[in-house]
Amino acid sequence: METCPSVKNILLLDSEGKRIAVKYYSDDWPTNNAKEAFEKAVFNKTQKTNARTEAEITMLENNILVYKFVQDLYFYVTGGEDENEIILAAVLQGFFDAVGILLRGNVDKREALENLDLILLCIDEIVDGGIILETDANSIATKVASNSVDAGAPLSEQTISQALATAREHLARSLLK
Amino acid sequence: MAQPLVKKDDDRDDEAEYSPFLGIEKGAVLQEARVFNDPQLDARRCSQVITKLLYLLNQGETFTKIEATEVFFSVTKLFQSRDIGLRRMVYLMIKELSPSADEVIIVTSSLMKDMNSRTDMYRANAIRVLCRITDGTLLTQIERYLKQAIVDKNPVVASAALVSGIHLLQTNPEIVKRWSNEVQEAVQSRAALVQFHALALLHQIRQNDRLAVSKLVTSLTKGTVRSPLAQCLLIRYTSQVIRESGVNTQTGDRPFYDYLEGCLRHKAEMVIFEAARAITVLSGVTTRELTPAITVLQLFLSSSKPVLRFAAVRTLNKVAMTHPMAVTNCNIDMESLISDQNRSIATLAITTLLKTGNESSVDRLMKQITNFMSDIADEFKIVVVDAIRSLCLKFPLKYRSLMNFLSNILREEGGFEYKKAIVDSIVILIRDIPDAKESGLLHLCEFIEDCEFTYLSTQILHFLGNEGPKTSDPSKYIRYIYNRVILENATVRASAVSTLAKFGAMIDSLKPRIFILLRRCLFDNDDEVRDRATLYLNTLGGDGSVVETDKDVKEFLFGSLDIPLTNMETSLKNYIQNPSEEPFDINSVPKEVKSQPLVEKKAPGKKPTGLGAPPTGPTSTADTYERILSSIPEFTSFGKLFKSSAPVELTEAETEYAVNVVKHIFDRHVVFQYNCTNTIPEQLLENVFVIVDASEAEEFSEVGSKPLKSLPYDTPGQTFVAFEKPEGVPAVGKFSNMLRFTVKEVDTSTGEAEDDGVEDEYQLEDFEVVAADYMVKVGVSNFRNAWESMGPDFERIDEYGLGPRESLAEAVSTVINLLGMQPCEGTEVVPSNSRSHSCLLSGLYIGNMKVLVRLSFGIDASKEVAMKLAVRSEDENVSDTIHDIVASG
Repeated sequence: METCPSVKNILLLDSEGKRIAVKYYSDDWPTNNAKEAFEKAVFNKTQKTNARTEAEITMLENNILVYKFVQDLYFYVTGGEDENEIILAAVLQGFFDAVGILLRGNVDKREALENLDLILLCIDEIVDGGIILETDANSIATKVASNSVDAGAPLSEQTISQALATAREHLARSLLK
Repeated sequence: MAQPLVKKDDDRDDEAEYSPFLGIEKGAVLQEARVFNDPQLDARRCSQVITKLLYLLNQGETFTKIEATEVFFSVTKLFQSRDIGLRRMVYLMIKELSPSADEVIIVTSSLMKDMNSRTDMYRANAIRVLCRITDGTLLTQIERYLKQAIVDKNPVVASAALVSGIHLLQTNPEIVKRWSNEVQEAVQSRAALVQFHALALLHQIRQNDRLAVSKLVTSLTKGTVRSPLAQCLLIRYTSQVIRESGVNTQTGDRPFYDYLEGCLRHKAEMVIFEAARAITVLSGVTTRELTPAITVLQLFLSSSKPVLRFAAVRTLNKVAMTHPMAVTNCNIDMESLISDQNRSIATLAITTLLKTGNESSVDRLMKQITNFMSDIADEFKIVVVDAIRSLCLKFPLKYRSLMNFLSNILREEGGFEYKKAIVDSIVILIRDIPDAKESGLLHLCEFIEDCEFTYLSTQILHFLGNEGPKTSDPSKYIRYIYNRVILENATVRASAVSTLAKFGAMIDSLKPRIFILLRRCLFDNDDEVRDRATLYLNTLGGDGSVVETDKDVKEFLFGSLDIPLTNMETSLKNYIQNPSEEPFDINSVPKEVKSQPLVEKKAPGKKPTGLGAPPTGPTSTADTYERILSSIPEFTSFGKLFKSSAPVELTEAETEYAVNVVKHIFDRHVVFQYNCTNTIPEQLLENVFVIVDASEAEEFSEVGSKPLKSLPYDTPGQTFVAFEKPEGVPAVGKFSNMLRFTVKEVDTSTGEAEDDGVEDEYQLEDFEVVAADYMVKVGVSNFRNAWESMGPDFERIDEYGLGPRESLAEAVSTVINLLGMQPCEGTEVVPSNSRSHSCLLSGLYIGNMKVLVRLSFGIDASKEVAMKLAVRSEDENVSDTIHDIVASG
């Protein structure tokens, strides 16, 4: 109880329970197999629940698991069984909302994979080695976004330049086929 | 719920095409990574390649050592680029690759440059990366910058340094501890999260200094705490201080309680909850203290957020174990949670209700649960079954509806663990509630007619053999048992044969029929089944003459093996290792029975030991002690170990040497086992022993000791001292101890010790051998039966005034601890606010004397506690001794 609130892992899975981005901070799952088994158990236990309006919560293997889904993206945050549930929920909400901001409202798997760099940076800005760095979605998104493009460019221009870049890539890919 | 996904199914193919990582392959990406070496860096391209590499790692792909090194080196080239986004990805990549020490050097200078950059983002991230990959020597070089960063005016930079400090404290405590002043300054920071991180680090630096922690808490609870997270942290530290300081005995007030209560009115939910939770776990919390916490939790129960409902119901569930009455106010809100969408919440609500419910609400509750059981997972069902069993023991009159419920769910589908929980519960109910026996046994019989679990079938058959013959119409069970012989596998058949034999032995009228059945088993195709049938036919006189079964046979069939199996195993192994002419004597196996088979402790929260449950924890430690002691030749002549005490600490926590003592009691001897741990890495202790001064323990005389040859850093070792004492007498006394040893310096880099050592000694605290050390906790399943069968011959009753006490519960637990006996039937729990209480205890006194104690307590308005103590035992001296213990305690 005297310890600092801590997070054991942050998971972002797709609608089949496959990894999009995951980060583990605890040694409870030492191997990739253990991690995958945990993710499978997490997904099986939660996929049928409705966690789309409010974050949901359950216990799994003596861990507290809070989660929230949108479209085909499944967000999870795990903490120890003595952890304050509401703190974990705050981390989840921060992650969830920050991803929403970074993906500019188009929160689905395709968009997430295309901006995987942002998602990974986002996780990196929320928790460091299990210790909570920031739970405010706007601050998280600002830190991530200010890194992704020229810091000087105003936000509106970023949108356009990013959109152009993505469009270029799509075009290039379709031409290459 | 799954609606949006189903729609997507139609264009799943298109979707897959758009995945930027479709068909990604490690080899190809590693090839692509060559762009990092281009003289003209394309930042965007490089970022993409890094993302791909990170994607691979994230998917569980691993790089070989060579691949990782290659990637690492090319990534370091990217420090040339000025692109901020790319730099950020580089940081991430370096952290993921976790380079080895010689590789770290390559990036150190680049990272140090970034650490002093004018861009805040660079500074913050470079600190986090560098601290993640650094080692002790490098750390001293950058320490100066880190100290600066802690008090940097940019909060992100300060937080990065502080969080890194928290991590580094694990590996390089001596360096981080030097930053106290800066951290102290950061605690006063105006930035909310900086304060949070600084507080966490400062507490960790000082955690072993109680006074400093207490000061920290005192100043902060009066000052301003800016973020909810920091507030939660402070609440945790405050409860730690409360725990260590105890209640102010004069006013009965608890220091800092007002602060916790104040936090219940905080605007952030996480703080309110943290405070409420902290209050509920205060040791010896009173109803008055609990009430405000329960009230806020009750509000959470009707929140629209599942997380809040879950947090509240989980906490209340724990409170209900110790203070069921305090939670009853929430019952109405709790009942509406039974239909909660979230099954975890519903299960917690049900089990809480089962704990707090009263007799009249049981039936209504059972109806609600029946609807609920069909749609939850096995793990939840087991929790419910456990709760129902406790409820049934609490309200024995309600056994009919509860037993019906159990038998209904026993018929439904379920896994082994779930079925076992149900069977265990029924067995415990049968044992504790005599009225429930017949119906319970029939439910079990029906269950084994169609049971797929061999383990459960054999356990039930065994139980049936013991209980069935004592019922009014034993013959009705025979059919169920013999069906097993016909239908089941060999293991179950063998069990069924034993069960049949038990019926034959107990009931003469059934004997002829049992013999016929047993004779049929002689043709079974399994050895064990045939052997058992032959054995029983012979012992029961199945050769035709119907004789009264003699006592020995009954003893053989029913006498439980009153030896813990682990002890038996150890003894048998010893016997095999030291071959001798003599046959193995079962009486030589130590019998210290610490497990309490089939005793349902009604104290909530404790795991019941059900049918065939493995012996609980204490036996295994007793077993270890036994093994250790029997391996020392000097002590083997002492006979069988009667009891080992719990370890008594002889040093303060966090001292150079940590020592605790375990008192092993034998009939004519006591052995003190000193468990020593050396916490100084630079020292090796040799020839470690304890000098015991027993001048204040007159009846003891030292007979031997066993020093410890060597005690290296952080490897616990034991040294022993043995004393002789008068046989069977519970001699008491006080012992002072001095640890003597030879210290040798150890070079921590090589791990080698110097040749020359210095003699030194270390004062340990005193400890006492008290009367409770001669008492083994042994529970009884039915106290009233045990009490009556013991008879009033050696009963001793007396009354005592215990003076003013903090509370009734405190007085009860003091007496229980003084006597060292096992509380029965959950009577050690005193309902809050009650003015009187009875407590039942049982135990085994040295010389294998069974002792039963009935305590009646009363408390008056001025907190004066009076107690009536009634003892029954097998010997009047023992009964008197118990009174002596209380009188002198």
